[in-house]
Amino acid sequence: MSEVDVLPQPLPQAEGQQQGGQRLHPLGLFVSFISGLPQLFLPIVAVLFGSGSRNRPELIPLVILGVLFVSLFFRWLGWMRFQYHLGEDDIRIERGILSRSARSIPYDRIQDVSIEQKPLPRLLGLGEVKFETGGGDGEDAKLSYVSLSEAERLRETIKARKAGQAATTGETAAVEEESGATVFAMDTGRLLTLGLYSFSLVIFAVLGGVAQQFDFLLSYDIWDIGAWIGVAEDNGVSIETIGTGARIIGALAALAGLVAIGILTGIIRTFLTDYGFRLERTAKGFRRRRGLLTLTDVVMPVARVQAAIVETGPVRKRRGWHALRFVSLAQESKQESHHMVAPLARLDEIWPIVAEAGIAQPGETAALQHGKFGWWLSGFVIVLPIIFIAMAALMLFAEASLARASLLLLLLPLMLAIMTIEWRVYRHGEDGMQLYVRRGWWRQRLTILPQVRVQSVEIAQSPLARLVGLVSLRFGVAGGKFEMLALPREAAEAIRDNVLAIAAPVDFSVINRRG
Amino acid sequence: MDEPDQLKPLDPAYVTVMRIGMAIFLAIPLIGALVIETAQLTATGLFIIPLAFLAAWLVFVVPARRYARWQYALGADRLRIVRGFLFYSDTVVPLGRIQHIDVHQGPIMRRFDLATLTVHTAGNHNAGVSLPGLRHEVAVAMRETIREYIKAAQG
Repeated sequence: MSEVDVLPQPLPQAEGQQQGGQRLHPLGLFVSFISGLPQLFLPIVAVLFGSGSRNRPELIPLVILGVLFVSLFFRWLGWMRFQYHLGEDDIRIERGILSRSARSIPYDRIQDVSIEQKPLPRLLGLGEVKFETGGGDGEDAKLSYVSLSEAERLRETIKARKAGQAATTGETAAVEEESGATVFAMDTGRLLTLGLYSFSLVIFAVLGGVAQQFDFLLSYDIWDIGAWIGVAEDNGVSIETIGTGARIIGALAALAGLVAIGILTGIIRTFLTDYGFRLERTAKGFRRRRGLLTLTDVVMPVARVQAAIVETGPVRKRRGWHALRFVSLAQESKQESHHMVAPLARLDEIWPIVAEAGIAQPGETAALQHGKFGWWLSGFVIVLPIIFIAMAALMLFAEASLARASLLLLLLPLMLAIMTIEWRVYRHGEDGMQLYVRRGWWRQRLTILPQVRVQSVEIAQSPLARLVGLVSLRFGVAGGKFEMLALPREAAEAIRDNVLAIAAPVDFSVINRRG
Repeated sequence: MDEPDQLKPLDPAYVTVMRIGMAIFLAIPLIGALVIETAQLTATGLFIIPLAFLAAWLVFVVPARRYARWQYALGADRLRIVRGFLFYSDTVVPLGRIQHIDVHQGPIMRRFDLATLTVHTAGNHNAGVSLPGLRHEVAVAMRETIREYIKAAQG
């Protein structure tokens, strides 16, 4: 882990500049070749048909080899022309076979460095290094693949450079980062519990999709239930001959099977992503490692944690289980924008982690309040006319009787019930340092936002809200959303003034860049 | 509260800019209505008369009201923007949280020497807050003030 050569070079000239850059690991070429094989299937088929080798079977292996060789050649070319270089204050990546591109990412802009190990690279001791820049377009830079030691070295160097940009001597790259105290880890028992809660029937969607993709291979239409009954009848079974008891047993068995598959899917998926879950507190931030086949290793600097989200559901709450996520400047992935920090934990395990991130547990002073019910009630102003118009339309055009049309009025108590539930589950609060919002029933989430992390404040009022004299308070948060609902104007203004008194004197760079 | 951040109106010429913009926007449906009218596909005036009333309202009444609702104040450490005729909104951006600043002039605005000042923050909500209808030199001066503030704050 010695220091890298810092070449104080000017920006790379157009071409032919070879020294100072580093290539990716040659074995990575092999990995990407193997993982790219499925994509070669269609080209091979195309070439086989195009070259008319159907009539000369002895040519087929040659053609396949040819396509493989061409693919390998281009991958090799790309590898040859790909270079990365750790500069004084940025990392530069040059690539491109015909058109060259040079990207410069200032260390200052790199939010996260993550190392991902898929199964095959893992066997070969390789990893993929990704630099999250927090740019909204998701166009991040990645190095696939480098050796694991190189990946670690890159990460340490970048961290050191980011921290010590003022200190020009690169010797400050302390390696003590590596070892950190474990803050949270999950054993197999807890993984199993999490798997149970992750009950999922998504497998059927996947199977359905696969079946649809490949249904040209099947001789019958699997969606045609009549055909299945036909198959059964061919085998001497008919619906009529099955007794009622047998039918009930059959239905129960099918249901049990469904549940079993759902549970199994949940467990398997949980083990795949969260196996060996380990969250460590390092000198500057959190380091999370997890995964069974694909290992991921993510570092989150504490200064970048914007808010904490404590999640739970109606079932797991009874057993005292919660999940913890951090809202961070850099996004976790395209689907999940918040970093999972503890997937299944007790509250007394969660609060210490939250405290490590400089966020306090909601205390007694943060009395979480309901919003004003009028906010939810105001929805009726829109719904009532719609229902009346619909009733009138039914009576005029469908010649329904008044009694029939009045059935539509049954929607009103239903709506009222839903609104009451929404009102009941919503809470907000403020304690002078932090803001709190709790929402949702099935997915209950309490968001804790330190007021100093607020980027902007908006008091907004829609025409409906004006009717009931309420406003909502929206806060700009880097990487997340935070909105308080159903507040009287004066209360919202008081909260805004308090928040601004805390947030305005602190510059963005001060709060997000300090170690 | 303590600072004398008196809310200021936009430049009055912005009403005209909004009117012209709205008129151009309405030209397409109006021409469409005229075509239907001359082709006599429907009863005379079924389309054109309501549309003309709507257009007159949108061009002559709405811009003035919207203008009256637009207000701003550049305080010592924050920018406040109040707007909204139907949907009211009162936004405050602390100057220390501004990432970058744009001054933009559209073709109509340029004829009236107006500009839009947009400040960008790191938040997902209100990532860009715009203040249109400023006199161009006012917008540029505000940009310079904000830049000075950020430079001083970063040290």
